[in-house]
Amino acid sequence: MYTFSNKLKTFAFVLMALGLLGIAYGFLTAPKTTQDVEKILAESHHDGGHHTAATAHEVAPATEAHHEVADTVAHEAPKSEAHTVAADSVKTVEADSTKAVVAPVAEENHHDAHAAKADTHEADAHKEHEKHLEHVLHQLQNKPWAALYVACIFFLLISMGVLVFYAIQWAAQAGWSPVLFRVMEGITAYLLPGSIIFFVLLVLSGMHMNHLFAWMAEGVTDPKSENYDAIIAGKAGFLNVPFFLIRAAVFLAGWNLYRYFSRKNSLAQDDATDDSFYKKNFKMAAGFLAFFIVTESIASWDWVMSVDPHWYSTLFGWYVFASFFVSGITTIAFVTLYLKSKGYLEYVNTSHIHDLAKFMFGISVFWTYLWFSQFMLMWYSNIPEEVTYFVTRIEDFKLPFFGMVVMNFVLPILILINTDFKRLTWVVVMAGIIILTGHYIDFFNMIMPATVGDQWFIGVSEISALLFFFGLFIFVVFTALTKSPLLAKRNPLIEESKHFHY
Amino acid sequence: MSTNKVIHAIYNDDDILMDAVKASRAAHHHIEEIYTPFPVHGLDKAMGLAPTRIAIASFLYGVVGLTVAANLLNYMMIVDWPQDIGGKPSFAFYQNMPAFVPILFELTVFFAAHLMVITFYLRSKLWPFKQAENPDVRTTDDHFLMEVAVSGNEEDMVSFFKNTGAVEVKVIDKH
Repeated sequence: MYTFSNKLKTFAFVLMALGLLGIAYGFLTAPKTTQDVEKILAESHHDGGHHTAATAHEVAPATEAHHEVADTVAHEAPKSEAHTVAADSVKTVEADSTKAVVAPVAEENHHDAHAAKADTHEADAHKEHEKHLEHVLHQLQNKPWAALYVACIFFLLISMGVLVFYAIQWAAQAGWSPVLFRVMEGITAYLLPGSIIFFVLLVLSGMHMNHLFAWMAEGVTDPKSENYDAIIAGKAGFLNVPFFLIRAAVFLAGWNLYRYFSRKNSLAQDDATDDSFYKKNFKMAAGFLAFFIVTESIASWDWVMSVDPHWYSTLFGWYVFASFFVSGITTIAFVTLYLKSKGYLEYVNTSHIHDLAKFMFGISVFWTYLWFSQFMLMWYSNIPEEVTYFVTRIEDFKLPFFGMVVMNFVLPILILINTDFKRLTWVVVMAGIIILTGHYIDFFNMIMPATVGDQWFIGVSEISALLFFFGLFIFVVFTALTKSPLLAKRNPLIEESKHFHY
Repeated sequence: MSTNKVIHAIYNDDDILMDAVKASRAAHHHIEEIYTPFPVHGLDKAMGLAPTRIAIASFLYGVVGLTVAANLLNYMMIVDWPQDIGGKPSFAFYQNMPAFVPILFELTVFFAAHLMVITFYLRSKLWPFKQAENPDVRTTDDHFLMEVAVSGNEEDMVSFFKNTGAVEVKVIDKH
C-alpha cells in the first residue's frame, strides 16, 4: 500500500493556497470601468513598441478582424488578381510580395479598413473609441475567467485522457499494462472533482457571470437587438444554454459512471475466484469507448470550439482528443516514475516506461498530423470565415502559436526518437515536461484568442489557476493511490505484465 | 583441433529454443546461426548479436529524402515555373512551405522505407532467385534450427543439446 507522504501533501496544499490567492488577485484587479481600461492602455502605450500599444489608439483592434473579415472578401479578389498579373515578372515583384500567407493578407485588409474608416468615420472617432474601450474592458474582465477555464479543462481532460487509455488497455486485453492499472485508476480519480468544478464554471458562464461564450450573450438571436448575429441565431437550436448544460451533464455523468464502475470491478477482481469482473470490465470498456468518441467530439465543439461561434472545423474533436490523450499518457509516465523512485511498483520495469514513451512519441506525431491538417486546409483555401481563426492566432499569438508546434512536435520527435532514450527516466521526464507545457499552451491558444484577444498575457491569473488545479490534482490523485494495493494482483494478464520485456 | 563439423539442433518451440540459446551461451558453445520460421522476439539479444544499425541508416535516408524533396519542390515550384495556385503565388519557398509539407513528408518516408529495405537485402545478401540457405526445409514451417560449431568432445556436445530439449540433434560435415 502506498502512503501519501506529508511532504507531497504539504506541497499540494501550498500549491492550492497560492493558486487560490492568485486567482482571487486576478479577479479583484480586473478593470471595472472603461476609465480603468483607458489608463491600462495608456500605460502600455508608454512602454513603447509593444504590440498592444500599437493597436491601442487604432480605431479597430486586431480582434475585431473577426467581424471585419466578412467584408475582406471584396478586398481579396482584386489583390490576388494583381498577383497573377505580376506573376511573369517574378523577380521584380519579389521584394514586396512577401505577403502571401494568411496573416499579412488580413493585415492589409486591416490597413484598408483603417484607411477607409479614417476618411469616412472621423466624426464617429470618439464613439468608436468608446466602443473599443468597452471591448477591451470585456476582454480584460474575461481574462481571469478564461485563465481559470483553461487550467480547469486542461486538468479535467488529462484525467479523461488517462481514462481513455485505461479503457483501451481493457478493450484491447493488453498484456503489458496491467501493472500500471492502479496508477491509471488513481489519476482518473481526479475526474469527479474536476468534472464538478468544470460544470460549475459552465453554469456560471450560462448565468452570464462572464463572457467566455459569445453566443450566450444577450440578444444575439433576437433580430431586433443590435447584438443580433445571424450566424449564431442559425445555430441557436444547438447552441443554447439549457441544451448546452444538459449535454455537458450527460457527457460528464457518463464518463464518471464508467470510471466508477470500472474501478469497482477492477478492485473486486483482486479477491475474485474467477474472471467474471474482468469480463465485465472488458465489455464495459468497449461500450465506453464508443460512447466516449461521440461525446468527446461534441464536447470539444461545446467547450472549446464554441468560444469562436462563427468558426468550425470538422476534425476538431480529434485534434482536442490527441492533445489531451498525449498529456494523459505523459501524466501516467510521470506518476509511475515518481512512485517507482519512491520504491513502489516493484514490477514496473524499463520496458513499461519504454512503451509509455513510445505512446508519448507516437501521439505527439498524431497531434501534429491533425494540427497541420486543420491548419493547411484552411490556410490554402483561405475562406474568410475559416481562416480568421488562424489570422488572429498568427497576428496576436505568434509566439505561443508557433512555440507550441516546436514544443509538441519538434522537441518530442527529436528527444524521443532514439530507442534507448525512451528507457531513461530523465529523458522521459524532460520530454514529458515539454509535452505537458506545450499542450497547456495548445489549450491556451484554443480559448484565449476568442475570449481575451490581444489582451492575453501569461501572468498571475494564468499561473495561479494552473497552480491551484495542479495542487488539487496531486492531492486527489495521490489520495486515491493510497486506497488500494498498487498491483491488480488477480488480473488474468498480470503475470504477462510482470514479465513484460522488450 | 578445429573441424568443419557443425551440430544441427532442431527445436519445435521458440521458448525452448530461447532457453537452449541461453544454456549454450553459458556453456561457451559457439552458435553460428539460427534458422527460424518467424522472427523470435529477443533472440538477437540472447545470441549476443551486436545491435542493428539499420535505424541509423533509416534516419539518414530520411534526411536524404527530405533534402531531395525540398530541392525538388524549390526547383519546380519556385525557380523554374512559379504558379499562382489558389491566390498563393510562388515567390519564395518559405511562403508556400505549408503546401509543400505533405510532399516533404511523403518523400522522406519513401526514401527511408525503400532504401532501408534495399540496405537490408544487400546486408543479408538476398536477391531474386537466390538459392535458400537454410539447411532443413522444416525451418520454413514449424521447426527451429540452431547451428553450433563442434569443438572438443563431439559425444558430449550431442548429449548436451539433447538435454536442452532438442527434438533432433545431427552432426554435419560442412564443406
